[in-house]
Amino acid sequence: MADMSPVKNKMPEQEPLVRNKNFEEVALGYTEEMAIAEANRCLNCKNKPCVSGCPVNVKIPEFISLVAKGDFKAAYEKINETNSLPAVCGRVCPQERQCEGKCVRGIKGESVAIGRLERFVADYYMNNCEANVPQIKENGKKVAVIGAGPAGLTCAGDLAKKGYKVTVFEAFHTPGGVLVYGIPEFRLPKKIVADEIEGLKKLGVEIMTDMVIGKILSIDEIIDMGYEAVFIGSGAGLPMFMGIEGEGSVGVYSANEFLTRINLMKAYLSDYATPIKKSNSVAVVGGGNVAMDAARCAKRLGAEHVYIIYRRGEEEMPARKEEIHHAKEEEIEFKLLCNPTKIISDEKGYVTAIECIKMELGEPDSSGRRRPVEVEGSEFTIPVDSVIMALGTSPNPLLRITTKGLEANKKGCLVVDENMQTTKQGVYAGGDAVTGAATVILAMGAGKTAANSIDEYLKSK
Amino acid sequence: MFEILEKKQLNEQVTAMTISAPFVAKKVKPGQFVIIRIDEKGERVPLTVADFDSNKGTLTIIFQAVGFTTKKLATLNKGDFITDCVGPLGQPTEFKAPQKAIVIGGGVGCAIAYPQAKALHNMGVDTTVIAGFRNRDIVILEEEMRNVSDSYFVTTDDGSYGRKGFVTDVLKELIEKDTYDLVIAIGPIPMMKFVSKATEQQAIRTIVSLNPIMIDGTGMCGGCRVKVGGEVKFACVDGPDFDGHQVDYDELMRRNGLYREEEAHACRMEGVLNG
Repeated sequence: MADMSPVKNKMPEQEPLVRNKNFEEVALGYTEEMAIAEANRCLNCKNKPCVSGCPVNVKIPEFISLVAKGDFKAAYEKINETNSLPAVCGRVCPQERQCEGKCVRGIKGESVAIGRLERFVADYYMNNCEANVPQIKENGKKVAVIGAGPAGLTCAGDLAKKGYKVTVFEAFHTPGGVLVYGIPEFRLPKKIVADEIEGLKKLGVEIMTDMVIGKILSIDEIIDMGYEAVFIGSGAGLPMFMGIEGEGSVGVYSANEFLTRINLMKAYLSDYATPIKKSNSVAVVGGGNVAMDAARCAKRLGAEHVYIIYRRGEEEMPARKEEIHHAKEEEIEFKLLCNPTKIISDEKGYVTAIECIKMELGEPDSSGRRRPVEVEGSEFTIPVDSVIMALGTSPNPLLRITTKGLEANKKGCLVVDENMQTTKQGVYAGGDAVTGAATVILAMGAGKTAANSIDEYLKSK
Repeated sequence: MFEILEKKQLNEQVTAMTISAPFVAKKVKPGQFVIIRIDEKGERVPLTVADFDSNKGTLTIIFQAVGFTTKKLATLNKGDFITDCVGPLGQPTEFKAPQKAIVIGGGVGCAIAYPQAKALHNMGVDTTVIAGFRNRDIVILEEEMRNVSDSYFVTTDDGSYGRKGFVTDVLKELIEKDTYDLVIAIGPIPMMKFVSKATEQQAIRTIVSLNPIMIDGTGMCGGCRVKVGGEVKFACVDGPDFDGHQVDYDELMRRNGLYREEEAHACRMEGVLNG
């Protein structure tokens, strides 16, 4: 009989006012006892709505019943059948809109804490189990993957398991994509990403860093080098700006720049060479996970006031609920229903304030969310010395421009069919490069689908 | 890892290094840059490629030891390795087909002006080089520049070598006397600004090469954004070359000063570096 408690077992966390001064992980994870207790809340229901809510269809009730039995290693292997990065997903998936959003227990009370359980199982396995390196029968065929982010790594791992010789080309000096440059250490420790990548290398995946494809090699040259198929998982790296007055002032950053300095370049550690400006008062514009990450990083760097400025209301915020909750606990100040109109600077060009206008919600727009409308004459200013624009990103046009036959839509997203095949034969794509900025798990799902399609294509070739 | 094959001190502060980077050397064109990172804790620093040999798979970078990283780089020697060298980044210079060109280098900017002069010279263009320095002690690449130009002028601020004055003094005289259809200016921002001002009246096509703050060099961070003709451009992907008459130099100068304090702090870390 399942434990009918209406609430999730709480996961221990660092105290908000302690953690907002360090970069250590916020959530500390379940103990074995907590995990078993939480697993006992699962009804193991027949139609498994949670599985259908998962972009990679993790066998959720099955792994949870293994947790309930205390067989954590078997639970990991069950998850790993369809998800190659469980330690990552357990931490960064928007579970409330996926598996947990469909959980029957969520109808009356809180859903089963599927994300927390996945995280526990993955961490347990990493800390306690010797990884099984599967026996791979090599088929002698080479596949190239462009971009070592969630989509590319998943695709590479799946193809390697199928016997392909995979080379991943990464533009940065470290593989991981958004997992290393975007998501902060306190939400996803980089050791976990590094471990996952080591796992891929054990499968025989070769990773070449410092390779900006489209510059150092073209896709056609890669094909000429004997790669029989190419997967593009180059993400959505281009930051957007608002185009308002004062955006060129000193102290205005894209969230990409701010987060890359911190997460990839470790500017917050004194023995790393990359500089970062200390700010007293920071405005972060946007309402997604990236905005929350930037705001929480700014707080950790010592800013006294950090504001989230978002033009809609909290309900409409695209960020994970947990991130919004954590940000509030960490004393991030939310300025909702207001939109920046200009950035004010001093005579040297340094930011001194941001001017905003109040908004109200009108009729729903194409996204289904109510459209924010300006309240005339309601402008006000907030004194700040830095502004971070976290407005979203779009795909980098580099590959599209340098590859003949590769088509993209108006937004610069690569056009693919349901098998993730692009308009160029033998070239597949997935993740943010196709969808525009989305989630880690959707990118992984796309990488997986593409791996299957590439396998089909090369088998029939 | 990328091996340093040669090192040459051009003056007290400026060093030339030839690095083995076969993939990059095969693709790089004049005007493009690389991003280097010395070691695991290093920052990513953009450096324009001063010379390259596609057959040998080598690149030459020339840099002035001004910040933490360039000072540290200057301590490395032949046989040492740097962790990363990414490129070729940015757009190659679009020379089009000029008849008569002036290439201007200011200080260490001569390192970047050199491949431009060389390319023009190899295209058969009548090429004049104006090289400007603060004083005699820091003159670099004179012989190299002379070898790739039809006429060569050198100026120093204090008159200790060549002509006393600024590059713009020579430039103004030249363009008054003769007709030129291309000016390339690479050096400190004020120099590029005044060169562009000087050529504007005669509407001589003027290319400047910008070197703003950047991290990735692929369009991702937006740190290198500059206003050109009222539009926001990313120097790393749209540049580093831009129409000199369109660049908002004042904004660029302000933005480039952002980390001066941190840079001063990093310089205090030199104990670590030298010790």
